Amino acid sequence: MAMRILTDQPPVETPSISSRSGVVGTLARALVSNRKALAGTVVLGVFAFVSIFAAVIAPYDPHSLQFDPILGPSRAHLLGTTGNGQDIFSQLVWSTRQSLLLAVVAGVMATAISVLVGVSAAYLGGLWDHLLNLFTDVFLVIPTLPLMIVVAAYAKGGGTAVLIAVIVITGWSYGARQLRSQALSLRNREFLEAARVRGERSMYIIAFEVLPNMTSLIVAIFLGAALYAVLAAAGLQFIGLGDTNDLSWGTMLYWAENNGALLAGSPLWVLAPGLCIAVLGAAFALLNYAFDEISNPALRPVRRKR
Amino acid sequence: MKTEPRPLLETVSLTRHFRLGGVFSKRILHAVDDVDLAIGAAEIVALVGESGSGKSTIARLIARVYRPTRGEIRYHGRPLSAMRSRAEQLEYRGHVPMVFQDPYGSLSPVYRVSHGVLRALKLHRPALAKSAREQVAAELFESVGLSPGREFLVKYPYELSGGQRQRVGFAQALACSPELILADEPVSMLDVSVRIGVLNLMATLRRELRISFLYITHDIASARYVADRLIVMYAGQIAESGPVEDVLAHPKHPYTQLLLSAVPDPRAPISLPASSEVAEPPRVVSPGEGCRFRARCPFAIDECSVSTPHLRLLRPAHTAACHVAASDVADLMPDTERAASSR
Amino acid sequence: MIAAAPVLEVKELSVEYQTDAGAVRAVDRVSLDVAKGEFLGIVGESGCGKSTLLFAIARLLTPPAEIAGGSVHFGGRDMVAMTEPELRHIRWRDYSVVMQSAMNALNPVMTIGAQLRDAIEAHERQSAQSLRERSEQVMRLVGIDPVHLGSYPHQLSGGMRQRAMIAMALVFTPDLVIMDEPTSALDVVAQRSLMLQIKDLQRRIGFAAVFVTHDMSLVSHFSDRLAVMYAGQIVEIGDTRAVFADPKHPYTKGLMHSFPSISGPKERLVGIAGSPPDLLHLPSGCRFHPRCPSVMPRCRTEEPPFYQQDGDLVRCHLYDR
Repeated sequence: MAMRILTDQPPVETPSISSRSGVVGTLARALVSNRKALAGTVVLGVFAFVSIFAAVIAPYDPHSLQFDPILGPSRAHLLGTTGNGQDIFSQLVWSTRQSLLLAVVAGVMATAISVLVGVSAAYLGGLWDHLLNLFTDVFLVIPTLPLMIVVAAYAKGGGTAVLIAVIVITGWSYGARQLRSQALSLRNREFLEAARVRGERSMYIIAFEVLPNMTSLIVAIFLGAALYAVLAAAGLQFIGLGDTNDLSWGTMLYWAENNGALLAGSPLWVLAPGLCIAVLGAAFALLNYAFDEISNPALRPVRRKR
Repeated sequence: MKTEPRPLLETVSLTRHFRLGGVFSKRILHAVDDVDLAIGAAEIVALVGESGSGKSTIARLIARVYRPTRGEIRYHGRPLSAMRSRAEQLEYRGHVPMVFQDPYGSLSPVYRVSHGVLRALKLHRPALAKSAREQVAAELFESVGLSPGREFLVKYPYELSGGQRQRVGFAQALACSPELILADEPVSMLDVSVRIGVLNLMATLRRELRISFLYITHDIASARYVADRLIVMYAGQIAESGPVEDVLAHPKHPYTQLLLSAVPDPRAPISLPASSEVAEPPRVVSPGEGCRFRARCPFAIDECSVSTPHLRLLRPAHTAACHVAASDVADLMPDTERAASSR
Repeated sequence: MIAAAPVLEVKELSVEYQTDAGAVRAVDRVSLDVAKGEFLGIVGESGCGKSTLLFAIARLLTPPAEIAGGSVHFGGRDMVAMTEPELRHIRWRDYSVVMQSAMNALNPVMTIGAQLRDAIEAHERQSAQSLRERSEQVMRLVGIDPVHLGSYPHQLSGGMRQRAMIAMALVFTPDLVIMDEPTSALDVVAQRSLMLQIKDLQRRIGFAAVFVTHDMSLVSHFSDRLAVMYAGQIVEIGDTRAVFADPKHPYTKGLMHSFPSISGPKERLVGIAGSPPDLLHLPSGCRFHPRCPSVMPRCRTEEPPFYQQDGDLVRCHLYDR
């Protein structure tokens, strides 16, 4: 038991929360100063903006079949038209909404389950811990792609709910492991003992003492889950799961594939939504890295001041 | 030692075991075995021992973090196990709070330092309105030396120094008119020049507010500075207990003597080198009968391997658990003065 | 004061490290000497720079900390100017380092014997036989049964691990051993035993030792000379007995009066008011002046140099003749 002797003096290091602005202020400042965070936030911001103002940005009704099919890009049609005569650009713009929502909603739900299972396992301990771990491991090990294909085959036409369900079921287990580990390490922190000794109830301690100290990990897991959701949604929609009449980048890919877009000479029909999926995924990934760097100064790039 | 008709808190055969390994393991760690101790009103009792001696476990047993394996704890004569209702338990927690060792770990980093005090007030004095709570919290901060109280209420832990954080811990403990504060190594992780301030605070609280302390430490010198009585623990059992000056001047248990000889004292003349001591305090896993110190004891006799010694009164108010010390044969167990001259 | 040439000569050594808020001087122009076979203790509270100083002397600093000035003369050469290959050559043979925690310094997946062998082979090729003999010899030297050469660190007790570290540090009988709080992770009894062992080894082998600690009472019994550090500077340095009997610098005095005693009359202690300064915002003049009970107007503006007083060097205007 090593005795760390501490000075009667606050440490000089960069603190985890600075000034009276609390968590939000620090977060804002951190996002701006870190390059990766800035890039990720900007991209997300752009997509959010587009999805909110889709009606204003898109020149045409995305469903409208009035145009000539398979037109190349031009002033009238920035990205050309689909094999059915729809404006690709308008479709792309309107699809942003659902793609973004899917990522966020599935991400949040998966994270919520991760937190519930992971933290409970750490706190209940004993037999419950073993059972919940087993549960987590089973889901961790299930091969996602075959599962998705099987579900897609049975649930064709099942709609967005099924889509989200599949993403969440396959996406929660990874985070649960990490959260359990962190919750276990927090268990022995003295401020938790202090809370117990002053008479707090277990539920209060978990909700208000443990979870707030896990926020950075929870956010990181959410970002990871959102990234997974973006790619999984695209993949599932591509093979026909979800409502194919929905406007989403993944469904655009589905229709493009059905109409043999690449062979028929309208590669933009595939490239445009594909690129958007990649960029949105990259935005989440950048934010994820940035979060790690912000919460762990050791990971920050060393910029020498000369 | 004051002879109170009924002590504030006493333990009777307090025992706590932990099972090592899985659910089916046979290895039992005897963290605390058959401990009888008593703490009176407005008394500072120091519980001294090395790591693994069980002193922190006792604090946690009294704080109801662990439940005893055997034995009981009585508060004002009433066993803790009889406190079933949440109200009773809360009341006990308010009267017997704990101060922790690590100033950097005992406050949640995401909340302001007033969080713990305000929550304690909310739990134990629910009748107070929010603004009244804040007023009381500010006053508590002032009383532990964090002045101005109102300014400190809104700070975050990282803005305070180690010594200041420990004072916040004391403010939290004071929130509910405590009678006994369990202080688990409150100064071990502070710089030397800061420790005195916190120890003086404890003495002041005892003097002004008549609060008792169970001061747990491995540092005998600080125990002497602040405590009235000293209890020395070894391997989960009490080795010696008595008024602090008497125990230090006339240590009866060989372990106490060993501890005292090992404490470097800057003001004492350079002492003669003691015999090289290579063994360490044991982690007591499934021990049998017999004195747990016998492997390291220079005075061990056959009896020490056969039966576990119990605390016996050897001097006024001063007990020790040692067969040799208790025996009437004086030449087997010379007093410290004689031992020093014979080396 | 030093008759023969000192083994270690540190002159005006400074260490800086970069933070988001600017450069911080953890060690500011420290000078000290260590003679052959001498035991120098460096004491101070946390943040005073003593560990950083030690790492700088041993040339073990990692970025963002770096030596910003001064020299470290050891064995006739300036270590600050030496390159890494040159350092590697003398490291462990001529000087060695004992860390605070054995569990951090020892490799948990290698036996003690294997680690000793690694250390030896890094400098000399030896036959398996003489390796074994050398290892056993050094283990016996520190009081560990050589059978533990086959043990892993976690199988040894805390005290034994520290001794194993010391065995590794002594395997080439270096001229200088640098120790960073090697006893702070141990119980009082093990601490005393280890210190006695170190002192005994020093007498037998004759190495010079630089020993950093926050525990003044420990170092008082074992060091020949004592340096007290505060906020990156040495504020007092002199013969240990003299410093203890008559501390000159107000900080040293305050520190002495922060140790309750287990014998003698019981007196009320006051410690030292305030806290060590933020190295980014140092007070003007003397760094200790905001907390000093004997502060003079001069102290607020003028940084004190070293003054001689009864054979000690004290960084305090009170001793200006």
